[in-house]
Amino acid sequence: MVEHAEIRMVRRGGSKINFREPVITNDSRFLLCAAGESVNVYSTSTEEFVHDLQGHTDLVTGVVLNPSNHLQVYSCSADGTVRLWDFMDGILIKTFIIGYPIYSIYVSEKHGGVVFVVVPMANYKSSELFQLVAVHLPRSGDQEVEARELSAVLCDVSPHPGAVSFGREGEYIAATKGLQLEVFFFKKQKSYRFSLKSGMKKGVKNAFTCVSCHPKEDCIATGHADGKIRLWRNFNQKKEYTYTTLHWHHGAVNTLCFTPEGTNLLSGGIESVLVHWHYTQENQKDFLPRLGAAITHIAVSPDGSLFCTSHSDNKITIIQSCVKVSAIIQGLVKGDGVWTDLIIDPRSKALVLNGKPGHLQFYSLHRDKQLYNLDIVQQEYINEEGLDQFEVVKAAFDARGDWLATVEERRKKGAELEINLKLWAYDKLTQSFVLNTTVTAPHEDRITGMFFSPSPETTMLVTTSLDDHFKAWLLADHSDTKGKLASYSEGFWSCDFVGGYHLLKPGCCSYSADGSLLAVGFQEVVTVWSPASWELLTTLSQPPGAIRDLCFGRLSCSKYLLGTSTKNQLCCWNLLTCSLEWSTPMDVSLLQADPLSENMAAFCSQSGSSDLFVFKPSEPRPLYSQKALCTGKVQHAVFAPRDQMLESCEERTQWLNRSQTSAQLTPLSRSLPQLLHTPAHVLPSASFLCAMFVRSLLVSRSSLCLVGWGTLLHSYFQVSPEMFDQVQVRAPAAPLKDIQRLVPKPILRFLGCVLRVVVLLQGEPSPQSENRL
Amino acid sequence: MASFKPTKIPIYPKLGEKVTPDTLYWKNYKAPVQIKEFGAVTSIDFSPLAPHNYAVTASTRIHIYGPFSQEPVKTFTRFKDTAYSGKFRSDGQLLVAGCEDSVVRLFDVSGKVALRVFKGHTKGVHVTDFTSDCYHILTGSDDYTCRLWDIPNSTELTSYKEHTDYIRCGTTSKLNRDIFITGSYDHTLRVFDARVEKSVMTMDHSQPVESVLLYPSEGLLVSSGGRYVKVWDLLKGGQPLVSLKNHHKTVTCLGLSSNGQRLLSASLDRHVKIYNTTNYKVVHNFDYAASILSLALAPDDESIVVGMTNGVLSIKHRKSPEEKQEVAGKQRVRPVYRVFVKGRNYVPKKDDFFVSKPVKSHLAKYDKQLKRFNISKALDTALELWRKNRKPDITVAVMKELDRRGTLKNALAGRDEQNLSQLLNFLIGNVVDPRFTPVLVTATEMILDIYQAVVGQSSVVDRQLVRLQELVEREIDYQQDLLEVLGMLDTLFATSLPRKEVPCPGSSRPNGLAEGGLGAPGPQLQAA
Repeated sequence: MVEHAEIRMVRRGGSKINFREPVITNDSRFLLCAAGESVNVYSTSTEEFVHDLQGHTDLVTGVVLNPSNHLQVYSCSADGTVRLWDFMDGILIKTFIIGYPIYSIYVSEKHGGVVFVVVPMANYKSSELFQLVAVHLPRSGDQEVEARELSAVLCDVSPHPGAVSFGREGEYIAATKGLQLEVFFFKKQKSYRFSLKSGMKKGVKNAFTCVSCHPKEDCIATGHADGKIRLWRNFNQKKEYTYTTLHWHHGAVNTLCFTPEGTNLLSGGIESVLVHWHYTQENQKDFLPRLGAAITHIAVSPDGSLFCTSHSDNKITIIQSCVKVSAIIQGLVKGDGVWTDLIIDPRSKALVLNGKPGHLQFYSLHRDKQLYNLDIVQQEYINEEGLDQFEVVKAAFDARGDWLATVEERRKKGAELEINLKLWAYDKLTQSFVLNTTVTAPHEDRITGMFFSPSPETTMLVTTSLDDHFKAWLLADHSDTKGKLASYSEGFWSCDFVGGYHLLKPGCCSYSADGSLLAVGFQEVVTVWSPASWELLTTLSQPPGAIRDLCFGRLSCSKYLLGTSTKNQLCCWNLLTCSLEWSTPMDVSLLQADPLSENMAAFCSQSGSSDLFVFKPSEPRPLYSQKALCTGKVQHAVFAPRDQMLESCEERTQWLNRSQTSAQLTPLSRSLPQLLHTPAHVLPSASFLCAMFVRSLLVSRSSLCLVGWGTLLHSYFQVSPEMFDQVQVRAPAAPLKDIQRLVPKPILRFLGCVLRVVVLLQGEPSPQSENRL
Repeated sequence: MASFKPTKIPIYPKLGEKVTPDTLYWKNYKAPVQIKEFGAVTSIDFSPLAPHNYAVTASTRIHIYGPFSQEPVKTFTRFKDTAYSGKFRSDGQLLVAGCEDSVVRLFDVSGKVALRVFKGHTKGVHVTDFTSDCYHILTGSDDYTCRLWDIPNSTELTSYKEHTDYIRCGTTSKLNRDIFITGSYDHTLRVFDARVEKSVMTMDHSQPVESVLLYPSEGLLVSSGGRYVKVWDLLKGGQPLVSLKNHHKTVTCLGLSSNGQRLLSASLDRHVKIYNTTNYKVVHNFDYAASILSLALAPDDESIVVGMTNGVLSIKHRKSPEEKQEVAGKQRVRPVYRVFVKGRNYVPKKDDFFVSKPVKSHLAKYDKQLKRFNISKALDTALELWRKNRKPDITVAVMKELDRRGTLKNALAGRDEQNLSQLLNFLIGNVVDPRFTPVLVTATEMILDIYQAVVGQSSVVDRQLVRLQELVEREIDYQQDLLEVLGMLDTLFATSLPRKEVPCPGSSRPNGLAEGGLGAPGPQLQAA
């Protein structure tokens, strides 16, 4: 077992960009938003990511422009610091250490050199109560200064950043919490509190959700949980205050914002409609409907020309002159769950998973950007709580990425399950998927697994379901109708075979690498079928425990079938002898095969944390293991191919953990290229072939010895791609010499196909290679 | 900003038969023309000459009809008793017919009186035909004999008495003037050669033979009798090729389509079945009102004429291609050429500035109402659509959409008597359709929930509710019966399925269930 220094786990992206209100710079060219531990800078016109401001060591909780210098920005973070940045060049100017975790930050032009931050009350450890404090920023030339001069302004405020707002020219500050609005006047150093009745009547929820102050007049707008907006006036006294009520939203008002001139009030909520109230004529309002998802924040550029809205689906929409959506910055959508698993689109190499409700998102891992959204359900989304929506629960790509299969389902309480199976064909013209076939109710119960056959000749799909059957779907060849319509020439999908085994429920299925075998796990029994004739070839079983995951080995290990069971067993069957090769007691929560090599990754959950093992099915010793990868159970993982081929070829694994906020990626520097074209499970093992071949070709010289090939070697030896023409190996570590040999090329090509890498050593074998021999 | 996504109207599978090229071809006939004859129509024969008149033998007459006439263009009535088997000669000039009074008469098609009268048979003559050289006549009679007659001097040439029962069908070879085939109630088919004294080939149909048919190539012979249609290979010495049993009553008549690719059989069970002659599968089926005795196809399949026991002659004409175009052309009338093409064919120049106008998507009325959340109105619109074109797809789709939005109950509530009865009408019409049941059952339950308080206030609604109840009860009974049948079928299949042992090579190592589970029944296989 070798530990690798260069294998690291790196967080690749997928951070929330809708966590806090975004900020538009004074010249309206850039948009800044908190994204995880950094502040991202986007261009407002091209919606492209420009750069990020990195330095915080914990979640960034607020971003505000420096009122005294419009090229600088303050950011606060839960790590207890406020940092001042030059966002144009991405330079950290200063770090102010506050010492408490900060939840939000406010500044005002009138209060120069002071920032207002919300921190937990010092004497309450359990962060239940928060206070608003003014921090006097010390003027010193140092990079890092401690700001210890804190003075409390308001006690017991909400940590929600929308619940506090500066009033006209910073004369007062308004804060809401629960059913109470508190206004603090700086001149008088006095605060007034206004309470609303709890309103336990039907449908009335008076709790404040957000507050915004008019920039020119003494007016405070507050949003409420029942969708009302109240405009408070005359609040500089305890008694004779007045308020007017505006009501359009049917859900809670999430956010409110006045335009810089105070002529308009913008509000948004779960309806995903931006409502545009005219301040003077309060009955008049404009709408911008169907923005995609619930609005969480609204920001207006300082000149009032651009609005931007953050949405619950990790999206920022930039709206020009009140009416037109000009740009959309979309991060990785974190939906209610990842039911589809993580999938790699073979064509774009993008990560595919659930996105917005009823959509699949294509997310580029290398650019941390959503490429596009594919609308699967194709229905008008109704933003209302308590509705049973259609959800995409399964998705699968075929080997070349020409076909996409999706399953959507909607379960109503007490009613029948609605399932649709949809098959999408890739359209080269529009570069996206076009719906080809919809199968309503493909199964009578929930679909548990869906896989395409990897064989290039037939396009076949297998679905397993809880209704005790698995079905094979084939692309029907409509050659007789071909002449009629060109667009229909590719044919439609239809059911080819329905199979079952003893009325057991199929749980998982897997195709062998060449598509000649199909393994379906029926609880404790693994059945192996031949997709060509739909004959049941054999059954394998290793009780106790139902089969949870099935995986065929690939390439040289294609004679192996691996299965994990619920009773902590990892079994490896040899398909040539139909017997158990090895098994080990492991609580494998997830088993994944690398599509480009014979390696497998198994995630085990042990005592609250997950371990990763990477191994080859032919030998039960792991190639790589990582203890305590992350806390919690790993739910989904997938091998992601590299964008650019480094060295010979490498992949990375990446896994997304539900217990953590975003996807994590690990570059696992490993091999390899080239797929076998012969049915892999009928070939003898590659090591056997290799030894034979080398022996037959090489002059018997004692100084030559075969080291082998495989995954790990490539971390040490670089193999040039020309090796199919001449065996040429360079090794930086071991005393290796170039060997050039006139070998008939076809033989070498064949060898290259089967063996991929042959490494020849001259002289003393290196200690590492001895280990592996 | 995304636009409103209209309600998806799913394409429901059409219930019933599959559309194949054959069904398209054979359905392409107009509604039948029916002519009442005096008695059962026993024979129909098309003239080989251009207008393709056809002779219909019924009772004591032979009528000759023109291709499109409803009235006979010619009638032969000089029969003393029931006439049989009116047949045209290959030049279309002469017509021969047998009669129950054992006399065979030869007519000139343009004349009236019989040109020749052939006497010699002792019983009724059911079979007459011309030989291919046009000079002889074949007859077959209930006196068990078949004879050849010379036309010019009206003498009997030969007589064969080999059959042991009535001869009821026969045909002459179109390629050889000496060969003819007869079929008899003694279950046999015999092939005769006029140059030889005896029959040259005998085939056993094992049922009384009602009709024989020679393929144009004359290599294959088709016979019908009892419920069977049998095909014989004459070149292999009368070897049976296939036996078809698709009718459930006696097959009375056979026919061949003009291209020889389809075989037609008509039966007393009132069906005409059409077979593919390559695999002998039934590709289409016609239903008629009464038992069929005779069938004939015009050249090029221009019309199908069927004669029945109740004396009705049914003629179906093929739809002409002009008529088809007419139907398609009706929809194309609308756009006015000048209005719609204006500016369309303008080719932009190099420096032109493009102003692209966003394409305005057209929404259906119910979609517009759904967009405005006018749910009750949307449901009304959908019901209105159903009343207009009787297609429930849209209405069901709108109901489903409302259900998805969680507002179906609101949309169904608050309706007056007329509105409610209309809604119930829709449900009664469609709730048992398996394609719509999941949606409509929910809607029905909701209606019952909402309006149970007002049951008994309106007689119209009450009557409809009772009808709905009866409908549902009947459907439940059906389902129960079907499940029983399914259970029976399952046991039948289970016993007929060969049990197959699962191979388990190399089971020396422990492999759990593979050995232990062999006692259980084999895997369930179902072809989809």
